[in-house]
Amino acid sequence: MTPMTEEQHNLAVDNPKMTARDVKVFYGPKQAIKGVSIDVDMDHVTAFIGPSGCGKSTFLRTLNRMNDTVASARVEGAITLDGEDIYAPSMDVVQLRARVGMVFQKPNPFPKSIYENIAYGPRIHGLAASKADMDVIVEKSLRRAGLWEEVKDRLQDSGTALSGGQQQRLCIGRAIAVEPEVILMDEPCSALDPIATAKIEELIHELRGRYAIVIVTHNMQQAARVSQRTAFFHLGELVEYGVTSEIFTNPRQERTKDYITGRYG
Amino acid sequence: MTGPAILLLLAGLGAIAWVSARARALRLQTVARATGRRDAVHSLPGYHGWYVALWTLIPAGIFLAVWANVAPGLVTQSVLTDPAAQSLPADGFARSAILGEARAIASGLQAAAFNPASEALVEPYRTALTEYGIAGAVLALILAFAGGAYAFTRVRPDFRARTRVERLVMASLLIASLLAIITTLGIVASLLWESFRFFSMVNPLDFLFGVKWSPQSAAMGYGNKDAFGAVPLFWGTIFIGAIIAMIVAIPLGLMSAVYLTQYASPTVRKWMKPMLEVLAGVPTVVYGYFAALTVAPALRDLAVSIGIHGASSESALAAGLVMGVMIIPFVSSMADDSIAAVPQSMRDGSLAMGATTSETITRVLVPAALPGVVGGVLLAVSRAIGETMIVVMAAGLAANLTLNPFASVTTVTTQIVQLLTGDQEFDSAKTLAAFALGLVLFIVTLLLNIVALRVVKKYREAYE
Repeated sequence: MTPMTEEQHNLAVDNPKMTARDVKVFYGPKQAIKGVSIDVDMDHVTAFIGPSGCGKSTFLRTLNRMNDTVASARVEGAITLDGEDIYAPSMDVVQLRARVGMVFQKPNPFPKSIYENIAYGPRIHGLAASKADMDVIVEKSLRRAGLWEEVKDRLQDSGTALSGGQQQRLCIGRAIAVEPEVILMDEPCSALDPIATAKIEELIHELRGRYAIVIVTHNMQQAARVSQRTAFFHLGELVEYGVTSEIFTNPRQERTKDYITGRYG
Repeated sequence: MTGPAILLLLAGLGAIAWVSARARALRLQTVARATGRRDAVHSLPGYHGWYVALWTLIPAGIFLAVWANVAPGLVTQSVLTDPAAQSLPADGFARSAILGEARAIASGLQAAAFNPASEALVEPYRTALTEYGIAGAVLALILAFAGGAYAFTRVRPDFRARTRVERLVMASLLIASLLAIITTLGIVASLLWESFRFFSMVNPLDFLFGVKWSPQSAAMGYGNKDAFGAVPLFWGTIFIGAIIAMIVAIPLGLMSAVYLTQYASPTVRKWMKPMLEVLAGVPTVVYGYFAALTVAPALRDLAVSIGIHGASSESALAAGLVMGVMIIPFVSSMADDSIAAVPQSMRDGSLAMGATTSETITRVLVPAALPGVVGGVLLAVSRAIGETMIVVMAAGLAANLTLNPFASVTTVTTQIVQLLTGDQEFDSAKTLAAFALGLVLFIVTLLLNIVALRVVKKYREAYE
């Protein structure tokens, strides 16, 4: 593996959960990601920031191979999870996605009951042997997602009947229910109001340490609030990756500085 | 003067009216524009042209339409006052035969008289026809001129011709849509009226709940009781259209929709979808041949070879299978639409949980698309039970109340065809029974369509 260059990284990760080396993503002839190398740390929340179209969501989706669903997409380079190449032929994408969960930009609960939304993943992966087991998983996941108190009396109501913020927490709970190791969040608050956003951010704090969390956001204040590591993407490149407080107070790259001070983006 | 000549003349007048009114409007507006006031000019010259042309054509046209209906009566009246008409027989039937013949000769449709009595009336008829023809033409032309002149005088630069013409366009569009609705209402009214006549002869309860259908015995004088029990027909219709056909169409249609939306590459989809939809364009009579000549004998042989007794060469199964194939495109295209309407985010959400494509389809996409699919199936059922040609050719005529798919059953539509084919007297319960059957079919399909459209609509709103 090629070492990471010093100019991009002012950070050494001792025990990376996921690593990417020289990752390139193509949509047909168009190159969306131009050789990104990054380590995702287990104990910290990592934020990907950058202007629209910079490739941060695309890169996020390579981490659990959601780009596989796009017929024209092609990924080069190496990405590992606990040292194991996730694009290797021996890697089962179903198991990969159980280990690397994802929360989307717009809340997308299934048109099923709250209970069934949470039970969906455990059922697919056969995690519950009995109804009682499933009840335990559902309660635990909803508690971790900070939604239990609000919905415990109406688990059979439709998930789509919840408010936007509740729906997003339901989606986080749904991802948690399969006991992932990494949770990818693709602008999870962009469709939510400030109060719901605050709740999600609080939830991210609580989940930190139990799961490796990567969050894509176009909101720099949010990145500063929830993350300890920040990666700045621009035009398909990883411009700078470092400790969040340093990125925001003392960026090394000119482009990072311009973006953070609001000169473009 | 003949009809076509008058119409041509009117068209010519209309064209002249259009050209001259347009020219006048253009001239006046050029002058008015020179004053420099913005509101001096209202409509484009072309609108003035149309306004005057329509005033020329519409009153005259309406008059001609009325006249065409009134004139024959006036002609006959005037012929009857002729001395030659005094010798006409008093019997209404003979009288109108003679008058009709004289009229046909006078207008050149017939060369010579069969009845000598009509010879004498030919000349008076000819005179009267000419007189009234000229009168009608002159009146129409006067109306055209009057209308055109009135409208022409109104052509001024600021006259709002556009508003008037647009209003007329709207009115004609309204009339076009009303015509369709009125026709439907007329059909329903005639169905209701004939059914009412039927139910005055046969007890509706006997009809709806009776299990013995033999209209022929009623026609042969054995009475209406026990002859018009329609339950075997309803059963046959449901058995073929709603059960056997749907057992074929629902799984095949749904699976092809799932394949086309979820697995097929764009190229495959581009070719397969239109090919599947070609099935919907095959005339049903062709399906009928196929069912009667290919499928039905093969099924009978199959039934005989596996030892089923009472297998008929006209079987419910043959008709139902072929009808199911015919219905596949309906089901698949509705299911295709509903599955495609499930947001991509739903699919992504499921895949990101580690679900496989088929788990995503069975656990998320199909349940989410279910209301739309149900709507499509209901529409397909309503189409299937109203289908006629296949069952006429392949299902048979015997009104059996049976669960055996190899037996011959009959359907509502088949019996309607039977009851109304050939020369029929329209005062017997046997013939009128067709209308009662038609009414039941109409009500059932109408209800199915209403429910289906509601379901589909409600579902569409869910994701918007």
